[in-house]
Amino acid sequence: MKTVEELYRVLSEKFGEEVLEFREEEVVVPWIVVRAEHIRDVAKYLRDEPGLRFDSLMCLSGVHYPKENTLGVTYHLFSTSEKHKLTLKVIMPEDDAHLPTVEQVWKTADWHEREAFDMFGIRFDGHPDHRRILCPDDWEGYPLRKDYEVQEIYRGMKVKY
Amino acid sequence: MTQVKQKGPEVTLTPPEDAGNGLKTQEMVINMGPQHPSTHGVLRMELTLDGEIVTKAVPHIGYLHRCFEKHCEAMNDYTKVIPYVDRMDYVAAMNNELGYAIAMERLMGIQVNDRVEYIRVIMAELQRIASHLLALGTFGLDIGAFTPFLYCFIEREKVLDIFEKASGARLLYNYIWIGGLMNDVPADFKSDTAAFVTSFRPKIKELNDLLSYNKIFVERTANVGVLPEKVAINYGISGPSLRGSGVKWDLRRDDPYSIYDRFEFDVIVGKGEVGTLGDCWDRYIVRVWEMEESLKIIEQALDQMPGEGDVQESVPKKIRPPAGEIYCRTETPRGELGYYIISDKSTTPFRIKARAPSFVNLSVLPAISVGSMVADMVAIIGSIDIVLGEVDR
Repeated sequence: MKTVEELYRVLSEKFGEEVLEFREEEVVVPWIVVRAEHIRDVAKYLRDEPGLRFDSLMCLSGVHYPKENTLGVTYHLFSTSEKHKLTLKVIMPEDDAHLPTVEQVWKTADWHEREAFDMFGIRFDGHPDHRRILCPDDWEGYPLRKDYEVQEIYRGMKVKY
Repeated sequence: MTQVKQKGPEVTLTPPEDAGNGLKTQEMVINMGPQHPSTHGVLRMELTLDGEIVTKAVPHIGYLHRCFEKHCEAMNDYTKVIPYVDRMDYVAAMNNELGYAIAMERLMGIQVNDRVEYIRVIMAELQRIASHLLALGTFGLDIGAFTPFLYCFIEREKVLDIFEKASGARLLYNYIWIGGLMNDVPADFKSDTAAFVTSFRPKIKELNDLLSYNKIFVERTANVGVLPEKVAINYGISGPSLRGSGVKWDLRRDDPYSIYDRFEFDVIVGKGEVGTLGDCWDRYIVRVWEMEESLKIIEQALDQMPGEGDVQESVPKKIRPPAGEIYCRTETPRGELGYYIISDKSTTPFRIKARAPSFVNLSVLPAISVGSMVADMVAIIGSIDIVLGEVDR
C-alpha cells in the first residue's frame, strides 16, 4: 500500500517531472496531472509494475472547466492486490481535446470513454469503437459542457418545449 | 460451420454434405429489443446470427437517458439531487441514496450518530434482499419459470411495506439524507423487521427447491455465458456478477464504509457447483445466498441498534461543501456504485458523475455472448441483472 506522494515519486523517476504534476492544495485527496500524450504509457506502467498493480479502473469521467477553457479526464484507479488508490488527471484545451485511449489497458474504459466523448466531445485516439453511446448518433453538441445549448429541431421534432 | 463454445464439451456442427441442396447459409442481423420481455427495460441488442448461434452482439443503450448529471448541475442545492439518484437504480433506491449521502458526508466532514448508521445499514440490507428477489424472480421468468417469480414478489412486498411505514413511499424513498434521515423509523420498526427476518429465512430454502436446483433451470443456465475471473476484473465487473466468477470481492468488507466493519458476514462466491465457474447459474446462486448474509447483518444490526438518538442531529442547514472533489464507492445489489463529486464551494454541484454498476457490467455482454445460442442470450442478460435506469442515467 502506497500513498499518493510515494506513487508520485515512483512515477516521476520513471517518466520525469515534465510529464507529471502533483496537486495537493484545496482537495480531499491529492491527484497527479499527466500530460495527455503520455497517459497510455503511464497507465500501462501503473497496471503492470510489481508493487503498483493498478488492475482496476474504478471510474473515468470527463469534466469541463469553463473558466480555464479546458476539458479534463479524471481516472480513478485502484489496485485489488495492493489496495491503494490513485487519481490521475489529464487537462486539455477545449478546442483540441484529444488523448490516447486506455481501452487496451483496462476494458472498463471502453464504454466510459465513449460516454466522455458523447457528453464532452473529448476524442480518444485509437479507440476501436468511437461512437456516441447515450445520445443518438446524429445528435448535435456535447450536453455536459457548461456552455451547451440544445438544438432546436431534431429530426423534425421540436426539442425545447 | 460454427463451434458451439459454451454447452458442455465442444461440439462442431457439421451439416451433412448434401444439406440444403447447395444453398448457402447467410449471416443474419436481427434486433433483440428495445422492447422485449427479456431485456429488462429498453435495451436493444444488435445480434449477428449464424443460424441459431450468436457471432456478434452489440448492445445499444441510451433509450432511458434522462441527463441525470446535467440535471444535478442545474440544482441549486445538493439535497435536491437525492430524488434523482433514487431514479437511477429504481429497484434499489435506498442503496443509491446511501452512496450519495456517504460521499457528501465525506466531502463535508460530517459524522452521523450511531442510530442513523444502524437504520441506514438495515434499510440498505433490506433493499438488497428486495432487489435480489426481483432479480431472481425475473431471471426465472426469463427462463420460463413463472411460479418462483410470484413467490419472490410476496416476500418483496413485505420489505416494501417496512419501507412504506418508514418513508411513506414504496419504491423511491428520498429517505436517507445528507447527514441523517428524513425522519425516525416508526415505533414498531424493530419488531416488523425481526418478524420479516424470521419469516423470510425458510423462504430461501423454498426458492432453492422451487428454482435453483430445478433440472430445467440448471440445464438452461449451467455452462452458459461463462465469465472468467481475469476478464471480469479487466472489464471492471462488480457485485454478484464478479463474485459469481469466484472473486472474493465485496466493498462492504474490502473497502468498508458506514459501519459495515462491525458485522460478521461471509462474502459469497461462485464455485462452479453445477457447471463451469462463472456461468449464469453461479451468478444466480450468489444472489440467493447473499440474501442469507443480508439477514445476518440485519439481525446483528437490530441487536446493536441504540434506542435513542436524533436522526436529524447532523443534517446541515445549508449545504456548502469546501472546494474539492471526492470519489466514493459503495456496494449496491448490482455492484460498485461510485459518485465522483466536484464542489466549487458554492451550493450548486459543479459536477456529479455516477459510476453505475449496471453500465459497466453490461459492457461485458459482447465478450461473453459470442458463440452462445439466441435463447441463451436471454439467460445471460438476466443473469447480469441490469437496471436500464442506471445504465442510461
